[in-house]
Amino acid sequence: MRLEYFQLIDRIVDLDLAGRKISSEAVVPETSTIFEGHFPGYPLMPGVLLIETMAQTSGWLVVAMNRFKRMPFLAAVRDAKLRTFVTPGQRLAVTAELAHDGSGYAMTDARIACDGKAVCSASLTFSVISFPNAEMRQRMRDTAERIGLPSTEALADG
Amino acid sequence: MSATFDTIANIIAETCDIPRDSIKPESHAINDLGIDSLDFLDIAFAIDKAFGIKLPLEQWTQEVNDGKATTDQYFVLENLSARIDELVAAKGAA
Repeated sequence: MRLEYFQLIDRIVDLDLAGRKISSEAVVPETSTIFEGHFPGYPLMPGVLLIETMAQTSGWLVVAMNRFKRMPFLAAVRDAKLRTFVTPGQRLAVTAELAHDGSGYAMTDARIACDGKAVCSASLTFSVISFPNAEMRQRMRDTAERIGLPSTEALADG
Repeated sequence: MSATFDTIANIIAETCDIPRDSIKPESHAINDLGIDSLDFLDIAFAIDKAFGIKLPLEQWTQEVNDGKATTDQYFVLENLSARIDELVAAKGAA
Protein backbone atom coordinates (compact mmCIF):
# COMPACT_ATOMS: atom_id res chain seq x y z
CA MET A 1 0.00 0.00 0.00
CA ARG A 2 1.05 3.57 -0.67
CA LEU A 3 -1.09 4.92 2.11
CA GLU A 4 0.11 8.50 1.82
CA TYR A 5 -0.97 8.52 -1.83
CA PHE A 6 -4.24 6.77 -1.04
CA GLN A 7 -3.22 3.96 -3.41
CA LEU A 8 -4.15 0.91 -1.41
CA ILE A 9 -3.78 -1.86 -4.00
CA ASP A 10 -0.29 -3.31 -4.56
CA ARG A 11 -1.10 -5.62 -7.45
CA ILE A 12 -3.94 -7.16 -9.37
CA VAL A 13 -3.79 -10.93 -8.91
CA ASP A 14 -6.52 -11.94 -11.33
CA LEU A 15 -9.03 -10.25 -13.60
CA ASP A 16 -11.90 -12.33 -14.97
CA LEU A 17 -13.99 -10.09 -17.20
CA ALA A 18 -16.30 -12.89 -18.33
CA GLY A 19 -16.93 -13.88 -14.73
CA ARG A 20 -17.05 -10.21 -13.69
CA LYS A 21 -14.59 -10.83 -10.87
CA ILE A 22 -11.28 -9.44 -9.74
CA SER A 23 -8.77 -10.22 -7.02
CA SER A 24 -5.95 -8.08 -5.73
CA GLU A 25 -3.32 -8.02 -3.05
CA ALA A 26 -2.52 -5.28 -0.58
CA VAL A 27 0.19 -5.28 2.09
CA VAL A 28 -0.38 -3.06 5.08
CA PRO A 29 2.78 -0.97 5.62
CA GLU A 30 4.85 -1.53 8.74
CA THR A 31 4.93 2.16 9.52
CA SER A 32 2.74 5.14 8.66
CA THR A 33 1.78 8.40 10.25
CA ILE A 34 -1.78 7.08 10.15
CA PHE A 35 -0.87 4.56 12.82
CA GLU A 36 0.32 7.33 15.11
CA GLY A 37 -3.30 8.32 15.49
CA HIS A 38 -4.96 4.97 14.94
CA PHE A 39 -4.05 4.12 17.58
CA PRO A 40 -1.20 5.47 19.71
CA GLY A 41 0.63 2.43 21.01
CA TYR A 42 -1.68 0.01 19.15
CA PRO A 43 -1.43 0.46 15.38
CA LEU A 44 -4.42 -0.80 13.43
CA MET A 45 -5.46 -0.40 9.80
CA PRO A 46 -8.54 1.85 9.94
CA GLY A 47 -11.77 0.13 8.97
CA VAL A 48 -12.72 2.92 6.60
CA LEU A 49 -9.47 2.32 4.71
CA LEU A 50 -10.32 -1.37 4.47
CA ILE A 51 -13.58 -0.27 2.87
CA GLU A 52 -11.57 1.96 0.52
CA THR A 53 -9.34 -1.03 -0.31
CA MET A 54 -12.42 -2.99 -1.32
CA ALA A 55 -13.70 0.02 -3.25
CA GLN A 56 -10.44 0.42 -5.16
CA THR A 57 -10.36 -3.26 -6.08
CA SER A 58 -13.97 -3.07 -7.21
CA GLY A 59 -13.19 0.14 -9.07
CA TRP A 60 -10.46 -1.49 -11.12
CA LEU A 61 -12.94 -4.17 -12.15
CA VAL A 62 -15.40 -1.52 -13.30
CA VAL A 63 -12.67 0.42 -15.13
CA ALA A 64 -11.57 -2.74 -16.90
CA MET A 65 -15.10 -3.77 -17.81
CA ASN A 66 -15.63 -0.31 -19.30
CA ARG A 67 -12.38 -0.59 -21.28
CA PHE A 68 -10.97 2.53 -19.62
CA LYS A 69 -13.72 4.67 -21.10
CA ARG A 70 -15.56 5.32 -17.86
CA MET A 71 -14.61 5.97 -14.26
CA PRO A 72 -16.40 4.66 -11.17
CA PHE A 73 -16.89 6.92 -8.15
CA LEU A 74 -17.98 5.41 -4.84
CA ALA A 75 -21.58 6.38 -4.08
CA ALA A 76 -22.79 4.05 -1.35
CA VAL A 77 -21.52 1.46 1.12
CA ARG A 78 -23.89 -1.13 2.41
CA ASP A 79 -23.65 -3.91 4.95
CA ALA A 80 -19.99 -3.22 5.75
CA LYS A 81 -18.75 -5.72 8.29
CA LEU A 82 -15.33 -5.31 9.88
CA ARG A 83 -14.74 -8.65 11.49
CA THR A 84 -11.23 -8.50 12.86
CA PHE A 85 -8.31 -6.17 13.45
CA VAL A 86 -5.73 -5.67 10.73
CA THR A 87 -2.21 -4.84 11.85
CA PRO A 88 0.89 -3.45 10.11
CA GLY A 89 2.63 -5.89 7.81
CA GLN A 90 -0.38 -8.09 7.12
CA ARG A 91 -0.93 -9.28 3.55
CA LEU A 92 -4.54 -8.85 2.43
CA ALA A 93 -6.31 -10.79 -0.30
CA VAL A 94 -9.08 -8.64 -1.76
CA THR A 95 -11.82 -9.93 -4.05
CA ALA A 96 -14.75 -8.25 -5.71
CA GLU A 97 -17.46 -9.32 -8.09
CA LEU A 98 -19.91 -7.28 -10.07
CA ALA A 99 -23.37 -7.69 -8.60
CA HIS A 100 -25.12 -5.45 -11.12
CA ASP A 101 -24.15 -3.43 -14.16
CA GLY A 102 -26.71 -0.64 -14.39
CA SER A 103 -27.01 2.38 -16.65
CA GLY A 104 -24.54 4.86 -15.17
CA TYR A 105 -24.03 2.84 -12.02
CA ALA A 106 -22.52 -0.42 -10.84
CA MET A 107 -22.77 -2.52 -7.71
CA THR A 108 -20.15 -4.89 -6.36
CA ASP A 109 -19.78 -7.31 -3.49
CA ALA A 110 -16.28 -7.26 -2.03
CA ARG A 111 -14.35 -9.12 0.62
CA ILE A 112 -10.94 -9.08 2.25
CA ALA A 113 -9.23 -12.11 3.74
CA CYS A 114 -5.91 -12.50 5.52
CA ASP A 115 -4.25 -15.91 5.81
CA GLY A 116 -7.50 -17.45 4.63
CA LYS A 117 -9.59 -15.82 7.32
CA ALA A 118 -12.39 -13.35 6.63
CA VAL A 119 -11.46 -9.80 7.55
CA CYS A 120 -14.26 -7.67 6.17
CA SER A 121 -16.89 -7.40 3.48
CA ALA A 122 -19.24 -4.83 1.99
CA SER A 123 -21.66 -4.15 -0.84
CA LEU A 124 -20.64 -1.08 -2.82
CA THR A 125 -22.44 1.18 -5.28
CA PHE A 126 -20.55 3.29 -7.81
CA SER A 127 -21.66 6.10 -10.04
CA VAL A 128 -20.00 5.38 -13.40
CA ILE A 129 -19.35 8.33 -15.70
CA SER A 130 -16.99 9.34 -18.49
CA PHE A 131 -13.53 10.32 -17.31
CA PRO A 132 -13.65 14.01 -16.33
CA ASN A 133 -10.48 14.72 -18.31
CA ALA A 134 -7.71 13.10 -20.34
CA GLU A 135 -5.12 13.61 -17.63
CA MET A 136 -7.06 11.60 -15.10
CA ARG A 137 -7.60 8.81 -17.62
CA GLN A 138 -3.90 8.68 -18.43
CA ARG A 139 -2.90 8.71 -14.75
CA MET A 140 -5.31 5.86 -14.08
CA ARG A 141 -3.79 3.92 -16.98
CA ASP A 142 -0.33 4.52 -15.54
CA THR A 143 -1.43 3.20 -12.16
CA ALA A 144 -3.14 0.25 -13.78
CA GLU A 145 0.10 -0.67 -15.50
CA ARG A 146 2.04 -0.29 -12.28
CA ILE A 147 -0.22 -2.66 -10.35
CA GLY A 148 -0.46 -5.14 -13.22
CA LEU A 149 -4.04 -4.77 -14.39
CA PRO A 150 -3.94 -7.31 -17.24
CA SER A 151 -3.98 -6.34 -20.88
CA THR A 152 -4.28 -2.65 -20.26
CA GLU A 153 -3.24 -1.99 -23.84
CA ALA A 154 -6.07 -4.13 -25.10
CA LEU A 155 -8.49 -2.51 -22.69
CA ALA A 156 -7.60 1.07 -23.58
CA ASP A 157 -8.65 2.69 -26.80
CA GLY A 158 -6.14 5.10 -28.33
CA MET B 1 -53.67 -0.13 -10.97
CA SER B 2 -51.28 -2.20 -13.03
CA ALA B 3 -49.12 -4.94 -11.62
CA THR B 4 -46.08 -3.01 -12.82
CA PHE B 5 -47.10 0.04 -10.82
CA ASP B 6 -47.70 -2.11 -7.74
CA THR B 7 -44.23 -3.62 -8.03
CA ILE B 8 -42.61 -0.20 -8.44
CA ALA B 9 -44.58 1.26 -5.56
CA ASN B 10 -43.63 -1.60 -3.26
CA ILE B 11 -39.97 -1.20 -4.24
CA ILE B 12 -40.06 2.51 -3.50
CA ALA B 13 -41.87 1.99 -0.19
CA GLU B 14 -39.34 -0.58 0.97
CA THR B 15 -36.22 1.07 -0.43
CA CYS B 16 -36.94 4.61 0.68
CA ASP B 17 -39.11 3.93 3.71
CA ILE B 18 -42.04 5.87 2.24
CA PRO B 19 -45.59 4.94 3.30
CA ARG B 20 -47.06 2.72 0.60
CA ASP B 21 -50.41 4.50 0.58
CA SER B 22 -48.72 7.81 -0.26
CA ILE B 23 -47.31 6.38 -3.48
CA LYS B 24 -49.75 6.91 -6.32
CA PRO B 25 -49.63 6.49 -10.09
CA GLU B 26 -49.57 10.25 -10.53
CA SER B 27 -46.75 10.69 -7.99
CA HIS B 28 -43.49 12.16 -9.32
CA ALA B 29 -40.65 10.16 -7.82
CA ILE B 30 -38.43 13.19 -7.29
CA ASN B 31 -40.77 16.17 -6.93
CA ASP B 32 -43.54 14.48 -4.92
CA LEU B 33 -41.84 11.62 -3.11
CA GLY B 34 -38.55 13.42 -2.44
CA ILE B 35 -36.37 10.65 -3.83
CA ASP B 36 -32.84 11.86 -4.59
CA SER B 37 -30.49 10.60 -7.28
CA LEU B 38 -28.66 8.20 -4.98
CA ASP B 39 -31.88 6.68 -3.67
CA PHE B 40 -33.05 6.33 -7.25
CA LEU B 41 -30.04 4.13 -8.02
CA ASP B 42 -31.25 1.70 -5.37
CA ILE B 43 -34.73 1.81 -6.87
CA ALA B 44 -33.34 1.33 -10.39
CA PHE B 45 -31.34 -1.67 -9.19
CA ALA B 46 -34.42 -3.25 -7.65
CA ILE B 47 -36.47 -2.55 -10.78
CA ASP B 48 -33.73 -3.94 -13.04
CA LYS B 49 -33.70 -7.11 -10.97
CA ALA B 50 -37.45 -7.44 -10.62
CA PHE B 51 -38.21 -7.05 -14.33
CA GLY B 52 -34.99 -8.42 -15.83
CA ILE B 53 -34.29 -5.18 -17.65
CA LYS B 54 -31.79 -2.32 -17.55
CA LEU B 55 -33.45 1.05 -17.07
CA PRO B 56 -31.68 3.41 -19.51
CA LEU B 57 -31.15 6.10 -16.89
CA GLU B 58 -28.31 7.78 -18.71
CA GLN B 59 -30.32 8.05 -21.91
CA TRP B 60 -33.30 9.46 -20.04
CA THR B 61 -31.14 11.97 -18.19
CA GLN B 62 -29.52 13.08 -21.44
CA GLU B 63 -32.91 13.52 -23.13
CA VAL B 64 -34.12 15.69 -20.25
CA ASN B 65 -30.90 17.74 -20.27
CA ASP B 66 -31.20 18.20 -24.04
CA GLY B 67 -34.78 19.37 -23.72
CA LYS B 68 -36.09 16.41 -25.68
CA ALA B 69 -38.09 15.07 -22.75
CA THR B 70 -39.46 16.21 -19.42
CA THR B 71 -38.82 14.52 -16.09
CA ASP B 72 -42.55 13.75 -15.95
CA GLN B 73 -42.17 11.32 -18.86
CA TYR B 74 -39.84 9.12 -16.83
CA PHE B 75 -40.38 9.86 -13.18
CA VAL B 76 -44.15 10.14 -12.83
CA LEU B 77 -44.83 6.60 -11.70
CA GLU B 78 -47.58 5.74 -14.15
CA ASN B 79 -45.27 6.88 -16.95
CA LEU B 80 -42.34 4.98 -15.44
CA SER B 81 -44.58 1.91 -15.36
CA ALA B 82 -45.35 2.34 -19.03
CA ARG B 83 -41.64 2.71 -19.84
CA ILE B 84 -40.90 -0.47 -17.93
CA ASP B 85 -43.65 -2.35 -19.73
CA GLU B 86 -42.14 -1.22 -23.04
CA LEU B 87 -38.70 -2.41 -21.99
CA VAL B 88 -40.07 -5.77 -20.87
CA ALA B 89 -41.95 -6.16 -24.15
CA ALA B 90 -38.86 -5.21 -26.16
CA LYS B 91 -36.80 -7.73 -24.26
CA GLY B 92 -39.38 -10.41 -24.92
CA ALA B 93 -39.45 -9.62 -28.63
CA ALA B 94 -35.66 -9.70 -28.95
